[in-house]
Amino acid sequence: MSYLTGEKLTGGYGGPDIIRECTVSVDQGEIVVVVGPNGAGKSTAMKALLGMLDLREGRVLLDDQDISALSPQQRVAKGMAFVPQNQNVFVTMTVEENLEMGAYLRRDDITETMEQVFELFPVLKTKRRQIAGELSGGQRQQVAVGRALMTKPTVLMLDEPTAGVSPIVMDELFDRIIEIKRTGIAILMVEQNARQALNIADRGFVLVTGENRFTDTGEALLANEEVRKSFLGG
Amino acid sequence: MEYSTDLLNALVLISNYVLIPAISYGSQLALGAVGVTLVFGILRFANFAHGEMMAFGCMATIFITWWFQSMGISSGVFPTALLALPFAILITALLAVAIDRSIFSFYRIHKSRPVTFVVASVGVMFMLNGLVRILIGTDEIIFRDGQKFLIKAGVFKKMTGLSEGLALKQTQVLTFVLAVIAVLALFWFLQRTRTGKAMRAFSDNEDLALLSGINPERVVLVTWIIAASLATLAGVLYGLDKSFKPMVYFHLLLPIFAAAIVGGIGQPLGAILGGYIVAFSEITATYAFKKFIKYLAPGDFVPDGLAQLLTTEYKFAVSFFILVLVLLVRPTGILRGRVL
Repeated sequence: MSYLTGEKLTGGYGGPDIIRECTVSVDQGEIVVVVGPNGAGKSTAMKALLGMLDLREGRVLLDDQDISALSPQQRVAKGMAFVPQNQNVFVTMTVEENLEMGAYLRRDDITETMEQVFELFPVLKTKRRQIAGELSGGQRQQVAVGRALMTKPTVLMLDEPTAGVSPIVMDELFDRIIEIKRTGIAILMVEQNARQALNIADRGFVLVTGENRFTDTGEALLANEEVRKSFLGG
Repeated sequence: MEYSTDLLNALVLISNYVLIPAISYGSQLALGAVGVTLVFGILRFANFAHGEMMAFGCMATIFITWWFQSMGISSGVFPTALLALPFAILITALLAVAIDRSIFSFYRIHKSRPVTFVVASVGVMFMLNGLVRILIGTDEIIFRDGQKFLIKAGVFKKMTGLSEGLALKQTQVLTFVLAVIAVLALFWFLQRTRTGKAMRAFSDNEDLALLSGINPERVVLVTWIIAASLATLAGVLYGLDKSFKPMVYFHLLLPIFAAAIVGGIGQPLGAILGGYIVAFSEITATYAFKKFIKYLAPGDFVPDGLAQLLTTEYKFAVSFFILVLVLLVRPTGILRGRVL
């Protein structure tokens, strides 16, 4: 059993089911990427793991514990961190305050964790007193990831972290995500840039219309003729 | 020589009738508007009951002041109301929290639309409106005691030899000083403390604040306590400076909302700016400049009329005009708040 598992998740936002019997899992020290066409329910599956969705069936297991009944906040307290796709920083607050807010639940000294985040994203240290809303898109993504890391999570979930950033920034961000993985955190990522994402992924899930279509290692998915034709543009 | 005396007279005249009153009125509006803007930032609705909360706070202060006076407690040259203020703030904060728990929390649980909250707050406004009138009546009440003037017009004239007098009421200075202290304390709280930062984060991005583990109910609770405290302070300062009339606080709602919107709703700093803009505009537009022009104009020129833009009966039209102008030209307000 993986560290975090969403088992046969079925549900939607109150209307029709968006994901059906969808299974996604990630282990610590592993990058798992969820890819698929628009409207495949990739983000929805991730939100289901976080408890932001009414599940009709299925359950979510974290470290062999059933957390299906917990609220998103309670799951965050259990070590799950989430970086939303949009509006993922406090735009009126400084970089440093953003990181502080990420660590809101912690009562211990956060300076060490903040230093680690600054080591990972050195540009944030130089801009720590700047308002996050004034940063570039790529820098904002770094603030967003940094904020999520401040809880010292065991699972980091990223919803399209490279949406709207340049290819150079994307490569840079993926490098950082690999570094985060090496610290033993489980990383689950939803990505539009499927090819690049699968390149750094240990495993990948291909979703189509809310259901699992392919599940394999990143390498194998990239090599799979059918996956390439249908989802990676040849 | 003669002209420089005229110039001084004009300056004193304008200070006495426009500058000083506008600064103290502006401070009162600013305190009210900061409360409105904070509630809007956190709870995301325009609280129409804010004016009545000011009335309630002032009423509580009056009752406690009377009680203190009956026991012979006073604070010397300062108004006794200042001693009563902390207790009144406590009572008003409790009331605000009770109203939130019994009324607004219901709509939060049901995730109602902002307009539902606004209508509920209108209901609360009428309720408080009635409550205040039942408890203290509708008459005008003057509860100021202690020293009234810091500078008297007659004394000023004698000292300076000018023909225009300058009167400075203690309440005007108190208003300004207390408003500055309250605002500085509020900004320190919002910028430096954990809870204050959590409030700003919640106002900035509610979903992300929840994801960061910020407890929304606690943020809401603190917001009501601060809003009630500021409302009480604003209500008491206004009441001390002029007098207490329940109806006046209902009327104050318009300039207060105008101030909050002009400054940029959700921006405390903007609300303060807006408070002074509205106050200065209102007082300048309704002041009769006849004498002022007479001092400054060369020769014996005297304007035919009063040189008054609007009579004081129309002072609320000024707020309304500013409100419409801002919504037309810059709907986000000066400091780029939210669009209503």
